[in-house]
Amino acid sequence: MWRDTVLVAGKDLRIELRSRVVMQQVVPVAVLVLVLFAFALGPDRAPMAQAAPGLFWVAVLFASVLAVQRSFALEAADGARDGLRLSGLDPAGVFLGKTAAVALQLAILEVVLTAGVVVLYGSHVRSYGSIVVAGLAGTAGLAAAGTLYGALAAGLRVRETLLPFLFLPVAAPVLLAGTRAWQVALGIAGHAGDVDNAGDPWLRLLLVFAAVYLALGVVIFGPLQEAS
Amino acid sequence: MNATDPKVEPWSPTATWVVRGLGLAAAVAVAATVWLGLWVTPPDQTQHDLVRLVYIHPPIAWVALYLAFGVAAASSVLWLWPRTRSRVWDRLAVSAVEVGTVFTALTLVTGSIWGRPTWGVWWAWDARLTSTALLLVLLLGYLAVRRVPADPDSRARRSAVVALVAAVDVPIVHFSVNWWHTLHQGATVLNANLSPTIHGSMAWTLLLGFVAFTLLFAWMLAIRYRVEVLSELLQDSQLDVALHERWAEGTGPVTGDPGVAPA
Repeated sequence: MWRDTVLVAGKDLRIELRSRVVMQQVVPVAVLVLVLFAFALGPDRAPMAQAAPGLFWVAVLFASVLAVQRSFALEAADGARDGLRLSGLDPAGVFLGKTAAVALQLAILEVVLTAGVVVLYGSHVRSYGSIVVAGLAGTAGLAAAGTLYGALAAGLRVRETLLPFLFLPVAAPVLLAGTRAWQVALGIAGHAGDVDNAGDPWLRLLLVFAAVYLALGVVIFGPLQEAS
Repeated sequence: MNATDPKVEPWSPTATWVVRGLGLAAAVAVAATVWLGLWVTPPDQTQHDLVRLVYIHPPIAWVALYLAFGVAAASSVLWLWPRTRSRVWDRLAVSAVEVGTVFTALTLVTGSIWGRPTWGVWWAWDARLTSTALLLVLLLGYLAVRRVPADPDSRARRSAVVALVAAVDVPIVHFSVNWWHTLHQGATVLNANLSPTIHGSMAWTLLLGFVAFTLLFAWMLAIRYRVEVLSELLQDSQLDVALHERWAEGTGPVTGDPGVAPA
């Protein structure tokens, strides 16, 4: 299973490295979302800094829809999906590989967005540890749930509209928990002394979400592949 | 199945009678709840007549959030489990989701009607309201997947996965939104020590309300299940008709048994 994971993740990342679709289209769109939010909120720094954690995670959520769509668009042409299914690779490995590739791309996107939030909204990071943990756990959860729904919608004629409709409500807890964890880490909510523990239940929630969807994907990806 | 057969009965006569009895019982119980709730029970000290919503809102929410979702999730798992796989579970899941969607929407509507005079707003970003609204979106997502044209087997597989993935999300949504914000009063009947916090005729009427809406749910579930069976039969027969027409195009009028395809 792990060998298949590495193979599939390597394939997706190699295609991305050569086509640069996520890096040159999805990342700019996410940064653009930050700019659009600034237009919506007005030019004052205060409301922007206040809303920064939520805006960051909303931008990540939208970008993850695009990244998942791209991840499955790679296999839309030339019967690649059937090829993958017939290749004898372990479905759990395929799931983990695609999830890992999406998660890595999203992680890079989040680094760019974090810099964007600090530069554009004037946020100050108080606790690097918790934003990194929240970012990683949230990304793993989004990538896992997104890959599940991406596989489900792949090959359907309504996939572009179906994926966000199914995926975004399920991912809502990530938005909530990620935002709360970041509010603490950026010093918007809680007291200075709370930095290290006030975000903790939210970090735990992100970790539980990621663990649940990774486990579910490992179990369920096989039957799901057969359906499409 | 003959395409022109006008009498298609998906159920045995006994089952038909059981469902009729269920419908009758549900009607009587709902009527009794209305009578007790509107005329017999006293108004509340603080909420006056508004308190009468307590006889319908919690029972509807119970049906939507526990019964319907439980039946849908359980039958989806039973479908996915190879040993218990049967179209019965697929039909049951879609029936439960569809009836559950109606009840979830009703939960939000009755809650909103109650919230306006007591809280002063139609909608509050309260934990239970928010998670119920998210649940409604998840149910609508299931129905959207259901509408995507596909052969019955992959449709069943796909919708079972959607139901399962959504069901796993429900506790996570519940906890996250609870921590996020709560304004709603705690559970009245199903609280931790199972001792209801209301008394006398009001408690009995509320209990009857739970029974009435549970019966109503069971009856609607059975009827919806029947509709699903009938629509499957109809699709099969339409397929037969279409096949016959295509054969007729190729060979002229069909004279013999159309079950044998011309080579």
